[in-house]
Parts: sequence; C-alpha cells; structure tokens
Amino acid sequence: MGTQIIFYLISAFVLGTGVLAVTTRKIFRSAIWLLFSLVGVAALYFWMQVEFIAAVQIIVYVGGVVVLIIFSIFLTQKSGSEMPKPPVKRTVFAVLAVLLGFAFSYRIIAEYGFTPATPSKTFTVPVSAIGEQMLDTKQYGFVLPFEVVSMLLLAAMIGCIVIAMKAKPTEKGIPVEKLPVKELINGPEKPLTIQEELSMEEKTT
Amino acid sequence: MNTVPLTHILFVSTALFFIGMYGLFTRRNLITMLMAIELMLNSVNINFVAFNKYLYPDKLNGVFFTLFIITIAAAEAAVAIAIIINLYRNHHSIDVEDTEDLKY
Repeated sequence: MGTQIIFYLISAFVLGTGVLAVTTRKIFRSAIWLLFSLVGVAALYFWMQVEFIAAVQIIVYVGGVVVLIIFSIFLTQKSGSEMPKPPVKRTVFAVLAVLLGFAFSYRIIAEYGFTPATPSKTFTVPVSAIGEQMLDTKQYGFVLPFEVVSMLLLAAMIGCIVIAMKAKPTEKGIPVEKLPVKELINGPEKPLTIQEELSMEEKTT
Repeated sequence: MNTVPLTHILFVSTALFFIGMYGLFTRRNLITMLMAIELMLNSVNINFVAFNKYLYPDKLNGVFFTLFIITIAAAEAAVAIAIIINLYRNHHSIDVEDTEDLKY
C-alpha cells in the first residue's frame, strides 16, 4: 500500500512539473521545472529498484544536460523576460492532437492485457551483471553497441567543438593578419569593406 | 511492490510523452523545444525499464536500452546546443520562425 502511494505521488510530481516545464513562459523557470521533472523520473527509477539507472539519470541529465541547457539559456536569452504567448489556434490544435494521441495510446495499453512474468521472480539489477553483459563479446553481450556509442560520443564531441567554434573574421572588419598578405599579392589598394570581406569569407568556407 | 500494475506505469510514461509533444507543438524557441524532446526521451526510458521489470525480470535488455538512450540523448543535447549557439551568433535569435535561410 505504501509503495503504491509513493508511486502515485512520484507520478503526480513528474507530470505536474513536466506540464509546468512546457507551459511556463519564463525560459529559466522552464529549465528549472525540467530539472525537477528529471529528478522525479530518477525517483521513479529508484522506486522500480534500478538504482544504477537512477544514478546515471541524475548524473547525466541533472548534472549534465540541464546544466548545459541553463548555460545555453544564459548565452542566448534574456532569462528574465517572458516568451511570447503561443497563438490560441496553435494551443487549441496542439491540445487536441495531444489528447487524441493520449486517448489512442491509453486505449491500446488498456486493451492489450499484459501478462506479467512469474510473480515470484524478483527483479534485481546488480551493477556487476550490467558491467559483465555490457562488455561481453559472446551472444547476448553488448560490446558492439558499447563501442559504437563511444565512437558516437567522440564524434559528437568533435562536432560540437567544430560547430560552436568562433569563426575567424569578427564583425569589427578586416582581420589583422590577413591584410599584409593581400597587400603583398595585389599591391596596395583600397581596403575591402566589411560586406565584401564577409561575402568573400562565405565563398571560401 | 508489484501491487502497482504495469499499465499504470505505462499511462504515466504516455502522459509524459504527450506533455513533451505538447511542448514541441506550442513552443517556438529552440531551447524549450529541446527540453520537450528530453521529456519525451525520458518517458521512453521509463517504458523500457518498466517492461524489463514486469515482463522479463530475468533479463537486462531494457536496462541496456535505457543506458544507450541516455548516452545518445546527452550527445544529441550537446550537438543541439552547439547548433543553437552558432545560430544565435549568426541570427541573434533562436526562434524557429526567424531561421529562414534554407527556405528558398
């Protein structure tokens, strides 16, 4: 009975903070509500006795993704100002689509009739079992996805650096170190305007 | 522990998924859309763990799927935020209505 109540409390917490995260009009508050929602999901994992997943959820999401989101908010937004309200038409149709989808999925889940496994079995996830199966090269091992995902993380890391790297020419005008080379080749002529310089850069990159 | 039926957990995760979908539909700011996507990914993770726990308690495959989804979600968030910052640098706005360089 107690665990049931805990489950419904956690679910209400997750759903309530999730709704607030997608409806608040201040973007920073939205990020904080998302943080609460993710902590609630971690609590749900604790309730389901998969402590390792809960720990990973807290470390990666709460410690990584949300912090990243908050930093990007600070870099790009006025975090105190309110976002514009979505138009009524869009809200109405979004609510309709969401309710329809939820009703559809609800009906499918309710009608399906899952048969649980033998109830005597308890579900325990020791970390050692996860580690052994993760690095197993035999039939049910996950070493290939493990390696693939490590390559994906490396690629994502390099890609992030390349994408977010600041381009060399700034908006102040002609880069300082380029000017002497041009003068050497073309001789002294009128310096390029900012527009020409920018268009030239766009062609070369 | 098993007094809560599996369907209730599935209802919770479905509701979370559609909350994320609502956010994705109504928001026009890239960062908030990214947050909505994170909510949706989390709801899928809950599903995987719940199925693993209730239907196949002697296996660990749902847990592995969850781990890989979390990893890929982290990579995806990092790349998305790099793109958002680059976009902000070029357009001074991260509203999807303002990004129309690929339109014509």
